[in-house]
Amino acid sequence: MSSVVDEAASEPKPVVGPFASPAARSLIGGLAAAATWLAVAALIAYWPDTPDSDWAYTDDFAALTGALAVALALAAFAGIWFAGLQRVRRLAPWLIALAVFLAAWEAVTAKLGLLPLPFFPPPQAILEVVVDDRTRLVACVLASFRLLATGYFLGATIGFVTGVAIGWSRIANYWIHPILRFIGPLPATAWLPLAFFIFPSSFSASIFLIALATGFPVTVLTWSGVAGVNSAYYDIARTLGASQRFLVLKVAIPAAMPHVFVGLFMGLGTSFAVLVVAEMLGVKAGLGWYLQWAQGWAAYANMYAALLIMALLCSGLITLLFRLRDRLLSWQKGLVRW
Amino acid sequence: MVVAAAPSERAHPVNNSPVRGTTLTIREVSHRFDLEGQPLPVLDRINLRIGRGEFVALLGPSGCGKSTLLRLVAGLDSPSAGGLFVEGKAIEGPDPSRIVVFQDPTLYPWRTVWGNVALGLEARGLLRTHRERVEDALRLVGLSGFANAYPHQLSGGMSQRTALARALVNDPKLLILDEPLGQLDSLTRITMQSELVSLWQRAGFTALLVTHDVEEALFLAGRVIVLSERPAQIRAEIVNALPYPRHRGDPYLAELRHEVFGHLGLDATW
Repeated sequence: MSSVVDEAASEPKPVVGPFASPAARSLIGGLAAAATWLAVAALIAYWPDTPDSDWAYTDDFAALTGALAVALALAAFAGIWFAGLQRVRRLAPWLIALAVFLAAWEAVTAKLGLLPLPFFPPPQAILEVVVDDRTRLVACVLASFRLLATGYFLGATIGFVTGVAIGWSRIANYWIHPILRFIGPLPATAWLPLAFFIFPSSFSASIFLIALATGFPVTVLTWSGVAGVNSAYYDIARTLGASQRFLVLKVAIPAAMPHVFVGLFMGLGTSFAVLVVAEMLGVKAGLGWYLQWAQGWAAYANMYAALLIMALLCSGLITLLFRLRDRLLSWQKGLVRW
Repeated sequence: MVVAAAPSERAHPVNNSPVRGTTLTIREVSHRFDLEGQPLPVLDRINLRIGRGEFVALLGPSGCGKSTLLRLVAGLDSPSAGGLFVEGKAIEGPDPSRIVVFQDPTLYPWRTVWGNVALGLEARGLLRTHRERVEDALRLVGLSGFANAYPHQLSGGMSQRTALARALVNDPKLLILDEPLGQLDSLTRITMQSELVSLWQRAGFTALLVTHDVEEALFLAGRVIVLSERPAQIRAEIVNALPYPRHRGDPYLAELRHEVFGHLGLDATW
């Protein structure tokens, strides 16, 4: 009876057969991806742009895709010796699909001119923006991040503490719950005109809005997490001599953590929305502002570049939160993979 | 109905290890729940005295109020009438000298086996000075190799042994067992019963076991208290003088079993 420790943690063994060793499969997949990217590089370099266009970065873009092809080929060969690089095989179908998409985009814009300009710039125009306007973009990323991080951190902290308080204390529940029910469902952006008027700076106003947007879901989920803790957990701790403080810190909060993280995810999502709206309407910095500014100049390539960067940032932050959750909640089984 | 008179301690096969257990007196205890304004009587004037280091089993039909009685002994609830006393002192709340092992192991899923066992010491601020007791308790239940496992990785028997270690680490004077083996498969159950007896013999605590398994009660306990249907009253008390270690096939146990079934009104099926 003592040997029933779960074995689900170990990976299933790969199928064995001709060309089925992980190294060989990784090599084939990696080389296929490299070949596709090389073809894209050739297409960009040797198929001339439409005569009336003057895309400055066509050759650089071709070089970039070519470099990627070389890197992929190297990684594919290195995968024979370094098992860590064999992940390339799993990524190969996506890398190929991405290359095909890029080739199609390049063809209908720069090469054939089928899509109207300036609304649909070719990929090299976005590369041009990223390279030429990098100082402004970096400044915008930093400004957005500073705003988001401050607001999110404040909102999550206040939301967490409030949630624990109303989940635990009857008095806190009596006084805070009605306020939460009344104000919570109001979209944070509805406060926008008022916030910019009340707060001394648009920066502090935006922090307030982001904190509000983050705080509501974090509060509600933390509260429901704390309120839903199995009462047997408390019985156990009480018979073992636990104080109230211990019950809150070592029983209620850890037991509520899975709920808290759901709240943190929801809060992060809404905080992105509020961040962009606040930057578009009031703050004179950040990626939201950049989008608005680019629209004013009908600089669509700049907008695509900003959107791309924004997508990378938001997705990166969500991934970061997932990693944190996986680390803290490794005791849970069957987590959703991001 | 036979009301349990306080028996002299020598009459029962008491632990021969240095006795650290406590006495427990239950005096005229009645309890009722309030179910939507309707009082639901659960316990009816229970009188019981348990000696130092004794192993007593409470046996009764399910839902008769056995677990309620245990919650009162643990100090998790207070009785509607009557009193419970440990060493002559009234029970007023939970205390780490009286530990309950529940039917459901209820381990904290976010803590490792080690962390779960360390819970009581941590709650009382003793962990820093008494770390070795966690390892001792794990060794006692045979889980030394699983200190870093999480509860979801354990089998039912291992979870229940962890729960037992979590209780034993506090060196309880009274161990309250609320059908602790009820959810285990029959083979694991038989192994764990023997383990419980040897733990009790080594550690010298007083044990109060609730079960609805007649064989389990007779195999483990020196005295079996048979309870009636709800509201529970003490219907009979059976002294089992068989020395430990016991053998399940002992004809004396079969005899006692017949007697217990009689008290439960089930002797026709025997």
